[in-house]
Amino acid sequence: MNNELIIKDLHISVQGNEIIKGLDITVKPGEVHALMGPNGSGKSTLAYGLMGHPSYDIESGEVLFNGIDVLELEPNERAKLGLFLAFQYPTAIPGVSMANFLRTAVSAVRSTETNGSENIELIPMREFRVELREKMAQLGMDDSFARRYLNDGFSGGEKKRAEILQLAMLEPKIAVLDETDSGLDIDAVRIVGESVSSLVGPELGVLIITHYPRLLDYIRPQFVHILLDGRIVESGGYELTQLLEAEGYDPIREKHGIAEAVQENTI
Amino acid sequence: MQKGDFSKDFVEKIAQDEPQWMRDKRLEAYSLYESLPMPHTTEDDKWRRTVDMRTQDYWRRTRRNLRGFAVENYHPAAETNGSASVEVDDGAGVIVQVDGKPQHTYLSPEVKKKDVYFADLHTALKERGDLIRDYFMTQAVTLETTLKSGNFATRNKFDALHGAFWQGGYVLHVPKGVRIEDPLRVYIQLSEEQHADMSHVLLIAEEDSQVVILEDNSSANPDAGGFHCGAVEIFAGQNANVTYGQVQHWNRQVWNFASQRAVISKNAQLCWVTATFGARLSKLNQAIVLEGTGSNAQLLGLAFTDARQHLDVSTAQEHLSPHTSSDLLYRNVLKDRSQTAWGGNIYVYPNANYTDAYQKNDNLLLSERAHADTLPGLEIEAHEVRCTHGATAGQIDAEQVFYLMSRGLTYDLAEKLIVDGFFEPVIERIPMETVRKEMDEFISLKLA
Ligand SMILES: Nc1ncnc2c1ncn2[C@@H]1O[C@H](COP(=O)(O)OP(=O)(O)OP(=O)(O)O)[C@@H](O)[C@H]1O
Ligand SMILES: [Mg+2]
Repeated sequence: MNNELIIKDLHISVQGNEIIKGLDITVKPGEVHALMGPNGSGKSTLAYGLMGHPSYDIESGEVLFNGIDVLELEPNERAKLGLFLAFQYPTAIPGVSMANFLRTAVSAVRSTETNGSENIELIPMREFRVELREKMAQLGMDDSFARRYLNDGFSGGEKKRAEILQLAMLEPKIAVLDETDSGLDIDAVRIVGESVSSLVGPELGVLIITHYPRLLDYIRPQFVHILLDGRIVESGGYELTQLLEAEGYDPIREKHGIAEAVQENTI
Repeated sequence: MQKGDFSKDFVEKIAQDEPQWMRDKRLEAYSLYESLPMPHTTEDDKWRRTVDMRTQDYWRRTRRNLRGFAVENYHPAAETNGSASVEVDDGAGVIVQVDGKPQHTYLSPEVKKKDVYFADLHTALKERGDLIRDYFMTQAVTLETTLKSGNFATRNKFDALHGAFWQGGYVLHVPKGVRIEDPLRVYIQLSEEQHADMSHVLLIAEEDSQVVILEDNSSANPDAGGFHCGAVEIFAGQNANVTYGQVQHWNRQVWNFASQRAVISKNAQLCWVTATFGARLSKLNQAIVLEGTGSNAQLLGLAFTDARQHLDVSTAQEHLSPHTSSDLLYRNVLKDRSQTAWGGNIYVYPNANYTDAYQKNDNLLLSERAHADTLPGLEIEAHEVRCTHGATAGQIDAEQVFYLMSRGLTYDLAEKLIVDGFFEPVIERIPMETVRKEMDEFISLKLA
C-alpha cells in the first residue's frame, strides 16, 4: 500500500469516445515504468485522466494511491497526495513568473492546511530561493529563468526542462512524464535523463511515456508496457524497447489482431 | 447650511462668496444642465457603447443601468458629520476631503519653500483667483471645445451639472523648474447616506517641473448610497513630467460620473494610471491632448468589477502635433454579473506626422454571466503615422486552471494567479512601488 499507484480496469472517454478501454498498471516508489505506444493510442489521455483533467471522463475502473480513491479528488488534492504529471504540452501562464508560481505551488503542496484554503502560508523567500537556485543549476538552467513568465515564449526544450524543475521542486511520490524527452536536444535529453534518474529512489516512482529509447538509456525501466488501442497489450522488461526499435508496432498489432488506427469515431 | 439640492437657488447660494466670474460660470453651466436630457432618456452617442450584443440594441443596457439613478436623491455640499479615516502627514503633501468638504491639508516645508501651491479649490479661489480663472474649465474639461473627442464635453449633462455645482476638489500648482520627488497624496471620501461629491481637480505642472500625485476615492461607510460627479484637468507644461494615479474604490452603492482631460505641452510626459474597483455604475470620459511637439503620454488602466457593477470608459488620444506618442493599455477583470464597456479613439490631426500611437483593451471574464464590450477606433488624418490597436475579451482558460491545479493550487488560488498575471503588464509599468502593492491588495479583496 505504501505510496503505490494502482490502476485497475480503467476506462476513459473523451467527448463520448472511449479512448482507454480497460487498463491496469501498478507503480511503486522506486520503480521505473515505461509506457510506449503509437500516436493516438491514448497515452496522454491516461496521464490527464490520472491527474483529473475535467475533459477526460472516467467511465469505470479504479485508481488508488496509497490506498486512497484518487478519482474522487480534485487535481490539486491529487498533487498534494504526491501525484505529478509532466505535461506533453505545458500551458503558458503569461504574467506569472516561474519563481512566484513555484513558490505558491511548493507552499500549497507542502502546507499542512487541509481545508483547501486560499490563504496558504508561503514558505520563506530565502529558503525557497536557495532551493530553487540549486535545482535550476542541476538542470543547467540560468538564474534568469526564474523571472520569466511560466512557459510563456519558452522554446520546446525550455518547457520540458521547466516541467522537470517543477518535478524536482514539488517532490512527488509518483510522477508521470508525458514525452518529456521530445523536443529536447541531445545534451538536454542527457541532463533531463540524469536528473530524473537521480530523483528516482525509494521515494519516487515514475511512469515514463516516450517514443524513443534514448531517454531510457539514462533511466533504465524495470517494466515496459505497450499501449495499443486503449489497452496494454504487452508488458515486459527493457528488452521490449529494443524489439520495438527493431520491428515497430506491426508485429504486435498482428499478434493481437488490432488494425492500424483508423479514425472511425471522429465524425 | 441645510442639505443642498440640485436647484438654481442652490447654485446662487454656493456662489454667494465666490467671484462674479465663477458665479457666471456656474449659472451658464446650470442653464446648459437644464436644457440637456438624461442620457438614458435620449439616444446620446457617448453612451452608445454600452451595446447589448445579443439584441444589438445600443441603448437597452444604458437605459436599464441608469434606471435606478435620479439626481434629486443626492445632496451636494451638505453639512457632514463624517470625518476621514485617513490622516497621515507624510511625503510631499496630503489633502483629505469628506463629502466634498476639505478636512485636512498638509504640505511639507521643503516643498512649500519651492513655492508649490497645494490647496482645496475653495481656498485656492480666494488665494489664487487668477490662476484658477485661467485654468478652471477653460482648456481641458470645457463646455465648448473644438477637440475631436469634444462632443463628450459639449453635450454631457453631467459635465454641466458639475460646472454648476462643483464643490471640493483641489489644485496643485508646481512652478517652473520645481521637481518634487515624493508623491503628494489626496484622499477623497464619501461618508454619509446620499451625499454627493462634486470634486474638481486641477493639476498644473509648469515648464520643466516634475510631480507625482496619487488620489484615492473611497467610501467611509460601506453601505451608504452616494453620487460622484467630478472633473479632472491636468496641464503638463513644456518638458514637464507628471504622474497622476487615481484609485477609485467607492462602495458598490455609488454612482460615479467623471470627465477627465490632460493637455500636454511640448516634450512633456504624462503617466496616468486609473484603477477602478468601486461604484455601482461608473461612466468615465478620459482624454489626453498631445498639444506640443514631442509630447508623450502613457495611459494605464486596470479595473476589477464584480456583483452587478457596470463600468463604462471612453478614452481619447488626441495627437495634435508631430512627433507625439501615446500608449494606452486598459485591462479589466470581470466577476459575477458585472459589465464593462470600453470605447477608445485615437485621433491624429492633419499635421501630426510622426505620431506613434498604441491602444489596447483586454478583458478577462471569470464568470459566464459577466459581459465585456470593447470598441477600439482610429481616426487618422496625417500621412506618416504608426498606430496600433487591439481588443480582446475571453473567459478564464480552463487549461491554465487545470495546469495550476495539477501543481497543488486550489481553484481559487489558480484563479488568483491567472488574474495577477493578467494585470501584470499594467502593474509592472506603474512607476510607484506603493501603488503596485496597493493594487495587489485591492485585487486580493475582490477575489476573497
Ligand atoms: N481533448 C480532446 N478532445 C478530443 N479528442 C481527444 C482529446 N484528447 C485526446 N483525444 C483523442 O484521443 C485519442 C488519444 O489521444 P492521446 O493524446 O491520448 O494519444 P497519445 O497516445 O498521447 O498520442 P501521442 O503519441 O501523439 O502523444 C486521439 O484520437 C485523440 O484525438
Ligand atoms: Mg500524447
